[in-house]
Amino acid sequence: MDHQALTAILFLAVVALTLGITIWASRQTKDAADYYAGGRSFSGIQNGLAIGGDYMSAASFLGISGAIAIYGYDGFLYSIGFLVAWLVALLLVAEMLRNSGRFTMADQLAYRMRQRPVRTAAATSTVVVSIFYLLAQMVGAGALVALLLGVDDQWLKNLTILGVGALMIFYVTFGGMKGTTWVQIVKAVLLMAGSALIVVLVLGEFGFNLSELLGTAAGNYGERPDAKDSAAFLEPGLQYGADLTSKINFLSLGLALVLGTAGLPHILIRFYTVPTSRDARKSVLWAIVLIGVFYLFTLVLGFGAAALLTGDKFADVAASGGNLASPLLAEAVGGGEGSNGGAILLALIAAVAFATILAVVAGLTLASSTSVAHDIYNSVIRRGQATEREEVRMAKLAAVGIGAVAIGLSIPAQELNIAFLVALAFAVAASANLPAIVYNMFWRRFNTRGAVWSIYGGLVSCVGLVFFSPTVSGEPTSLVTGSDWSWFPLSNPGIVSIPLGFVLGWLGTITSREPEAEERFTELEVRALTGAGSEQAIEH
Amino acid sequence: MSHDTAPHHQAEPHDPVYDELHASAEFQELRRRYRGFVFPATLAFLTWYLLYVVASNWAGDLMSTKVVGNINVALVFGLLQFLTTFLLAWLYSRFSASKLDPLARELDERFIALNGRSSRGRGDH
Repeated sequence: MDHQALTAILFLAVVALTLGITIWASRQTKDAADYYAGGRSFSGIQNGLAIGGDYMSAASFLGISGAIAIYGYDGFLYSIGFLVAWLVALLLVAEMLRNSGRFTMADQLAYRMRQRPVRTAAATSTVVVSIFYLLAQMVGAGALVALLLGVDDQWLKNLTILGVGALMIFYVTFGGMKGTTWVQIVKAVLLMAGSALIVVLVLGEFGFNLSELLGTAAGNYGERPDAKDSAAFLEPGLQYGADLTSKINFLSLGLALVLGTAGLPHILIRFYTVPTSRDARKSVLWAIVLIGVFYLFTLVLGFGAAALLTGDKFADVAASGGNLASPLLAEAVGGGEGSNGGAILLALIAAVAFATILAVVAGLTLASSTSVAHDIYNSVIRRGQATEREEVRMAKLAAVGIGAVAIGLSIPAQELNIAFLVALAFAVAASANLPAIVYNMFWRRFNTRGAVWSIYGGLVSCVGLVFFSPTVSGEPTSLVTGSDWSWFPLSNPGIVSIPLGFVLGWLGTITSREPEAEERFTELEVRALTGAGSEQAIEH
Repeated sequence: MSHDTAPHHQAEPHDPVYDELHASAEFQELRRRYRGFVFPATLAFLTWYLLYVVASNWAGDLMSTKVVGNINVALVFGLLQFLTTFLLAWLYSRFSASKLDPLARELDERFIALNGRSSRGRGDH
C-alpha cells in the first residue's frame, strides 16, 4: 500500500473520530455555560491536556521542527519563547481570570468598567487575533494536504481549506466547548504519542547519544552549497544574525512570543472550563509539562531531520519551507521510502498533523464566536437583555460567519508565510490584550479610557507597522511587489507596539477619572484572589 | 458611548461584603503574599529570558563555546530555560498551595457566612 492511500485513510479516521466526539458532546450541552465553558466541569489534568491541544499548533509541530532542520539552532528560539510565556499565564493571569470572568476575555474588564466600550474593544481584538491565527492554520492545512498526497494542485488546496473550515464550524456549532475540549484532548494525546515514537526512533539511530545526533546534523549542514562552517548550525544566528536590523527583529519576536501567550483569547477562555481557580492553576501546570516536553521533542525532530534527511529528501524539506521535515523524518526512521514501515509512519505523522490543525482551528473559532455573541450581541447590541438561548444561537451563527470569513481570507492568503502569521497573532495579543488584562488586575486607578486606548492602540500600531514593513512591500519576498511604501524596517512589530500598548493604557487612565471603576476594583480584587462569588461549575 | 443609559451595567450590583473582606487583615496578608511572590518571580524570569535572547544575538563567542562533545553553551542555555520554567512553575504551585490557598479558602468561607449564599456565585441555573 502506498503512503498516499494510507494517509488518506488515516485522515478520514481522524475526521470520523472528531465528528463522533462532537455529536456525543452536543447531547451533553444544555445551556450557555455548557456551550461556552463546558459546564466548568473539566478537571485540571483534562484542561491541561486541552490547553496543550489548543496551543501546540501545526506551526509548532511542522514549523519549528522544519525551521531547526533548515536553520539549525535558531529554530529552537521559538520553542523557548513559546514555553517561557506560560509563566506569565500561570503567575499573573489564569487564576484571577477564572475567578473574575464568565465566558470571554472582555468579562474581566467589564467587571469594573463601562460595558459597551470595553467589550467592543476586547471583542474586536479577540476576532483579529483569532483570524490571523486561523489563517495560519488553514493555509498550513491546504499546503500540508497537497504535499502529503503528492498532488500540487491549487484546487486540492482550496478544497482542503474549505473542508477544514466546514469541519471547524461543525465542531463548534454542535459540540461547543465540550466537543472542542475533547477534540483537543484527543489531539494532544495523539500528538505527544506520535512525536514520542519518532523521537525514540531517531535517538535510537544514534545510540541515544544527543551529541552524535547534533554532530551528524551539523556535518550534513556543512555539505550544503550555501553553508558556513558546520559548527554554525548549532549556534544562534543563521536565520537572524545577519545584521543589526535582523537582530533587533529577533529581539522583537522574542518579546511577542513571551508576552503573547497570556493574551491569546482561545487560551484565556480555557481557564473558564474548570470548577475553581485552583484547577485553573493545575491545568496550567499540566500544560507547562506537556508543552515543555513537546518542544524538547521538536528539537530532536528538527536536528534529526537535518541529520537523517540528505540529498533529494532534504531538497524536498527545503522546498516545503521546512514543513515536511517531520513527516519525511518519520518515513526515514520507519525504513525509508518504499518500505511499509516508512509508509505507515509517514501517514501516521501526517494524520497527527492534521488532527493538530483541526483542534486548533476549533478552539479559535469558538473563542471568537463566543466573544461576538456574548460581548457584542448581548452586551453591546441588546444591552444585556438577550436570553441565554438567543445568545447561544447567535454564537452558533457567529461561528458560521467567522468560519466563512476565515475560508474566504485563507484562499487568497496562501502565499503568506505561516510562521509570520502566527508571530503576528502573538504580537497583537501581547500589544492589545496583555496590557489591559494586567493593568485591570493590578492597578486600581485603571479605567475604561485606559483599557480602550491600550487595546485599540496596541492593535492598530501592531497591524499598521506590519503594513509599513518589508513583509508587505519593498522587497522581492514581500506580499506586494512592484511598489514600495515600507518605512518600518522590522517584520516583527512587538518591540514598538507592546510598550505602546502599555503606555497608552497608562496615558488613557491618567487623563480620565472613573471613580466607579476604582470602587469596583475592591470587589474585583477580592473575588480574583479568593474566588468569593465566582462562577460555579454545573452539575447535571 | 455617551448615550449609554446604564454605563455601569456590571454582572452583579456592588456587594458591600467585598469591602469588608477587603479591609480584613487576612485579605491584606493574602495580597501581600501573592504579590510578594509573583512580582519578583515575573521580573526574574523575564530578565533571565531576555538575557538569553540578548546573548543569542550579541554573545556569539560565548554561545558557541563547546561544553561536551557537540553540545555548546547555546544549547545548555536554552535547555536551562526549560529547566527554570519547570522549576518556577513547581515552586509557585508549592507556594500557593501552602501560603495562599488556606487564606483564600478562609476568606471564601467568610464570604459565604456573611452572604448566606453559595460562595460560587449565583450559579448558572
